[in-house]
Amino acid sequence: MQLVSEARVELGTEPDIVRARQLVRKLAQDTRFSLVDQTKLVTAASELARNTVKHGGGGYMDMQLLADGGRQGIRLHFVDEGPGIADLDQAMTDGWTSGGGLGLGLSGSRRLSNEFEIQSAPGEGTRVSITRWK
Amino acid sequence: MIDRIPILQIGDFLLITIQVDMHDQLALQLQDDLTARIAKTGARGVLLDISTLDVVDSFIGRMISNISSVAGVLSARTVVVGMQPAVAITLVELGLSLPGVQTALNAERGMELLRLAMDEEASGDAVGQ
Repeated sequence: MQLVSEARVELGTEPDIVRARQLVRKLAQDTRFSLVDQTKLVTAASELARNTVKHGGGGYMDMQLLADGGRQGIRLHFVDEGPGIADLDQAMTDGWTSGGGLGLGLSGSRRLSNEFEIQSAPGEGTRVSITRWK
Repeated sequence: MIDRIPILQIGDFLLITIQVDMHDQLALQLQDDLTARIAKTGARGVLLDISTLDVVDSFIGRMISNISSVAGVLSARTVVVGMQPAVAITLVELGLSLPGVQTALNAERGMELLRLAMDEEASGDAVGQ
């Protein structure tokens, strides 16, 4: 697997969530993802960017364009140094929320991606990576 | 940056067309503004046009649900119109089915639904008298 390009987007405030959505949309369009695939990736990115801003106290998103044999993919890493998640299984459950939301952010973005990875521990922040292949 | 989404009044109905990629605060502001407008005008129906939205995530989805519920409590019916097919597919996969939210394919059909609902209510009132 080959890394074609990479860019970092800061996620500190709510408008950064909108900006992240727009940049992911642009990359998915340039990579010629189908409209449905674009929408799924952008929606997942929006959920995870919001988590980074609201629960992680801010952080960043790394956008990577990948090539693997004949196929292309987009991988997004959402990284914060916030309080972290103590019970990952619980956090991944539909409808479970630490407050305010619908509790679909993590579980929903996993369903919208081809690959999903999460690393988190109390006091050590959270890192979520999703990949969608064309 | 836009900080308010305009709400238009057409007779007994309020019309909202969301034409920007909404940040969270803007969505919350719309919810507040709309509730105030319904209370002030006594509007009977709300047409929420989301045809230009290319992303509806769980936050915006919840805002749409909330608007519909709050308007209902204030005795106004909400119809959400114009959802893009890719957005609908994504919403369902995300796990959000917008329960209790009435939808229509486009603004014309949405308006028809609102008028029908008003006519039914009017004839229901007449029978009750």
